[in-house]
Amino acid sequence: MPKDVRLTPPLTTADVLPLEIGDRVLVSGVIYTARDAAHRRLLELLAAGQPLPVDFQGQVLYYVGPSPARPGRVIGAAGPTTATRMDVYTPTLLRLGLKAMIGKGRRSPEVIAALKEYQAVYLGATGGAGALISQCIREAEVVAFEDLGPEAIHRLVVEDLPTIVINDCAGRDLYDEGLRRYARTA
Amino acid sequence: MRDIHVQDIIAAVKQAAITANYVIGPDLLAAFRRGLAEEESPTGREIFRQLIENAQVADRECVPLCQDCGLMVIFAEVGQEVRIVGGEFQAALQEGVRQGYQEGYLRKSVCHPLTRKNTGDNTPAVIHTEIVPGDRLKLWVVPKGGGSENMSRLFMLKPAQGWEGIKEAVVATVREAGPNACPPYIVGVGIGGNFERAALLAKKSLLRELGSPNPDPELAPLEEELLAAVNDLGIGPQGLGGRLTALGVHILMQPCHIASLPVAVNIQCHSSRHREVEL
Ligand code: SF4
Repeated sequence: MPKDVRLTPPLTTADVLPLEIGDRVLVSGVIYTARDAAHRRLLELLAAGQPLPVDFQGQVLYYVGPSPARPGRVIGAAGPTTATRMDVYTPTLLRLGLKAMIGKGRRSPEVIAALKEYQAVYLGATGGAGALISQCIREAEVVAFEDLGPEAIHRLVVEDLPTIVINDCAGRDLYDEGLRRYARTA
Repeated sequence: MRDIHVQDIIAAVKQAAITANYVIGPDLLAAFRRGLAEEESPTGREIFRQLIENAQVADRECVPLCQDCGLMVIFAEVGQEVRIVGGEFQAALQEGVRQGYQEGYLRKSVCHPLTRKNTGDNTPAVIHTEIVPGDRLKLWVVPKGGGSENMSRLFMLKPAQGWEGIKEAVVATVREAGPNACPPYIVGVGIGGNFERAALLAKKSLLRELGSPNPDPELAPLEEELLAAVNDLGIGPQGLGGRLTALGVHILMQPCHIASLPVAVNIQCHSSRHREVEL
């Protein structure tokens, strides 16, 4: 039976190890955002031996490129973007201690293997529910790569951001599990 | 001749761009409600509940439905007795998009294909113009997300592959899209024409009211057959498993070359946004 879990970063292996695919996770506290362009820059910094603008140890990364905030608002719509595009960069960040990612869509076999190796999880948020998710975001500030606009790295403070465990530390995949249960064709 | 001023066109496009991004159509909302009632998977039902709530929050709080406010597509039907005055027609459409995305706090998601530098104002929109009888100007303003457009496909089938080949192409496209393009989907299928026309038909088919039967009695049962086949995949809402992978399959068809069978499949995510305006 799926469990209901609350997570507040920074996370340790002990926090993520008990999570299983299908568990409903409410994330609260500080999380960071990044999309493709920010990932590319992070890896370029690493390759050049430069320090990263964020210490990813125990952190949660949210794949999102929000729409602009109206005056007086924290943020615009802020639903997840497709995680698959980040796959090539992900194992490196997991090696640096990243413990969870929030996105939508499938991860590569390499990422799923890395989740197992480094004991981390991939959480799905509802794609296209950008207005609803924006309600969970209490604070937002750009912490790096401001020139990337919506693709800049933001530090968000969230409250009860609803997610579901898609890939756990045991290498399981909720998308595959869903197909096994509901597919009527081979 | 009937004069239409470009200022009126700019204002109409701007407003439609904003409204399309904030308010979903009643047909889509009805489909979400049906999904909430009919989906077998409890997780799937929870997704429908969230989508309904998302639509309510977007409308009430003036937050876009989705942060991907899309690349703008505009279908224009210009009555042949219309005279555009005060400026250029295409430029007016682009200006409406520019103003709508700026003033509506919509995300600008258009960039140079190679340098990836953002154009800054969500233009250029993709514009399709047709000259039709009459003295009206009709515009369909259709912001289209990148996630679902990425999973769309074009197939140049052999005529011998026939209906079975078409069906396989549609099912394969949805299978490959899987959880990535924000299901439940609306699947637009363009059959016939040629290479570029099939894609255009597929996209245009998405404008039809969701839940309405295809007006062509030849195509209506084929749409149902495809919908059943797609839903047998079990991908379900958000790809988490379930009965409702798609809310509808729409087909537009036209004759093609004797040597060809072009088929295009345009995946539309659940954030199916379009507005129709008539001037
Ligand atoms: S696929 Fe559609 S709903 Fe999903 S993020 Fe893109 S535009 Fe939004």
